[in-house]
Amino acid sequence: MKRIRIELGRIIDPANNIDRVGSVYIEDGKIVSVTDEPAGFEPDAVINAENKIVCPGFIDLSTRLRDMGHSRKATFKSEVLAAAAAGVTTLCLQPDTVPVIDTTAVVELIKELAEKADYPQIYAIGGLTQKLEGTELSSMLSLKQAGCIAVGNANQPVKNLLVLRRAMEYAASHDLLLMFRSNDFWLGNNGCAHEGEVATRYGLPSIPEAAETIALAQCLELAELTGCRVHFGQLSCKRSVIKIHQARKYGLKVSADVAIHQLHLTENDMTPFDSAYHVLPPLRTEADKQYLRKGLAGSTLNSICSDHQPHDLDAKLGAFPETEPGMSSLETLLPLMLKLVTQQAITLEQGIACLSTNPARVLRLNSGALTPGFSADVCIFDPELDWQVNAENWKSQGSNTPFWGQTLKGRVTHTLQAGKIIHRLESSA
Amino acid sequence: MTDNLQLNAEGKLKHFLTIEGLDKSLLTEILDTAESFAGMSEHQVKKVPLLRGKTIVNLFFENSTRTRTTFELAATRLSADVINMNISTSATSKGESLLDTIRNLEAMFVDMFVVRHALSGAAHFIAQQTAPHISVINAGDGQHAHPTQAMLDMFTIRQLKPDFSNLRVAIIGDILHSRVARSEIQALNTLGAAEVRVIAPKTLLPAHVESLGVTVSHNLTEGLKDIDVVMMLRLQKERMSSALLPSESEYFKCFGLTEEKLKIAKPDAIVMHPGPINRGVEIDSKVADGPQSVILKQVSNGIAVRMAVMAMAMQTAAPAPGRSGGVHTILGDRHAGSVPASGIHTIPGDKGAAQ
Repeated sequence: MKRIRIELGRIIDPANNIDRVGSVYIEDGKIVSVTDEPAGFEPDAVINAENKIVCPGFIDLSTRLRDMGHSRKATFKSEVLAAAAAGVTTLCLQPDTVPVIDTTAVVELIKELAEKADYPQIYAIGGLTQKLEGTELSSMLSLKQAGCIAVGNANQPVKNLLVLRRAMEYAASHDLLLMFRSNDFWLGNNGCAHEGEVATRYGLPSIPEAAETIALAQCLELAELTGCRVHFGQLSCKRSVIKIHQARKYGLKVSADVAIHQLHLTENDMTPFDSAYHVLPPLRTEADKQYLRKGLAGSTLNSICSDHQPHDLDAKLGAFPETEPGMSSLETLLPLMLKLVTQQAITLEQGIACLSTNPARVLRLNSGALTPGFSADVCIFDPELDWQVNAENWKSQGSNTPFWGQTLKGRVTHTLQAGKIIHRLESSA
Repeated sequence: MTDNLQLNAEGKLKHFLTIEGLDKSLLTEILDTAESFAGMSEHQVKKVPLLRGKTIVNLFFENSTRTRTTFELAATRLSADVINMNISTSATSKGESLLDTIRNLEAMFVDMFVVRHALSGAAHFIAQQTAPHISVINAGDGQHAHPTQAMLDMFTIRQLKPDFSNLRVAIIGDILHSRVARSEIQALNTLGAAEVRVIAPKTLLPAHVESLGVTVSHNLTEGLKDIDVVMMLRLQKERMSSALLPSESEYFKCFGLTEEKLKIAKPDAIVMHPGPINRGVEIDSKVADGPQSVILKQVSNGIAVRMAVMAMAMQTAAPAPGRSGGVHTILGDRHAGSVPASGIHTIPGDKGAAQ
């Protein structure tokens, strides 16, 4: 029954080509108008968004919330707070949870955890293969019926191309999206850094670009053969962007995203053996970073994800190769996207589209836009607000970010999920 | 990227983790200090009291005989108490983390860790995590660095060929997996060698190897031309099973150092090997035991160089002593008035004779 008016903000809604100052009207958890005030609209609450930007809530295509067997690293409760503080209103859970998402029971468990955490819009990506072992198909239809939005094998390899072909054929039969991480396990050779000058200097086991591009090329071929819809997640190198560009030009219905840190960091940022920079795929070269940015600007890459992976302290304490990969990256998502805008890599509208409109299209969700009738998932942020990444401002249980201690510009002030305010920055009204 | 972690506020050696980030004068200081210790081994009494009362832990997560022994000897000759810990067979096999092992040993009031570990970056990690009064010496971490090996090789080279600026050095073999090679290349380049050449098949070279400051050859006969110093690397047997090489015999045919091939290098070229050697795999016995081989000299020099590094890292070293009288400078500087005179008297046959 609750009515909310968000007023005086600059509304940017890429899906509807809106960029102007105005008000957003919400009723019963849905957007009712972004133009004129509906007749007789009497708001129960008014949010003053003056000098702020009002846009669709963000949709994250790759997140880990931990809990279940990994509650030491993070919990749904802690991470949904981080998501809300990041303006994220919908997120996709990678299937490599403990236990993995390969049965309906685990999907139900995730729903339960989401409900308990009071953050319903968590979508599980079902395992493509049983136990993610890459040998036998998972019960994809059951997973879909239980609520999985897509299937994937996270970072785990599929045993051979025949299994991948069959899995893609089966997924296509049920119109399931494959969210594919391109990584040839054998070429990756248990590496932990980009095969380049830095890994050579530090003697780190390394992963060549070809580990990504070969797996990507194989999957593109199979996408054509099987007709499976494929979204390529967390690409890291230039030649991957070129391959996606060519495939799309050729007519394949594929899409791709990039993790936010790949757009800002390179192998050269790794201070010697700082495990905060240990990510998979690894941080690559300046040329790769620039080309990934170009890929976003030219829409070859249509989404930016957080690839959020919170860890406990112990996971990052050790010799670099033995530490666990991944960054806690939800809360730096917005400021780092805005930095791309400041650095003129993309426009603000593109940045917002990459975080909302486009991932919604990838997932075929009726969200990611401020269209009347859509769920009122809204993010309001102050693009000029400086804040320091520190314990006081941080919600995620994992503090494993190389941006720790840095001052970043741009912060979410309000997040609304289905019309409910799930985050309000304490210093704002 | 510099490794300031290794230096204290005055720019003196605090930890010795890698050659990277250390300048020529510091490397020269290590060599000069080592020289002052080098004669000691032949003396009847082989000890100086520089590190008396200090406890050094040899923390070896990976097996080693010669490196651990020379570190132990070096520490003993500096009068330190030494504890050898072979961790690969104790704590970690019970699931203890690297950090827990370090914390436990710290609690036993040790002063220095000498660390060998199978993973690159382990020594850095320990240096970052350990209590501020503890020094860390890297005795080899994964494929990253083995700086004392590099320095003892520089020391050996300098004894025979004092001018680095004229030297062309070839490093032959498994560069990809070699922490020794990485440290040698950095040391040689820092000391101003004319050329460092790596000779290996592509499977044993890391990506962008030229970025380390080397020239590259895949052919031993071509690569040995004009070479003053031939450094052979040990070939691990598992390289065959991981499809990096077809067979030992083919490797020996292509990259094994024989008398005949050695003739391609300069006539006065010296042959080095960090050991342990695989006779008939990377080097022919005739060369290993031949007149141009300095392999055993390397082993002896290991003690003096490790003494130098340990003494310097424990802040006992005086500012860059000259080529002569290093021990005395060190002793006088640190122990004047604090150690009974008799302690100093235990070094017979000193040239400098400073009392």
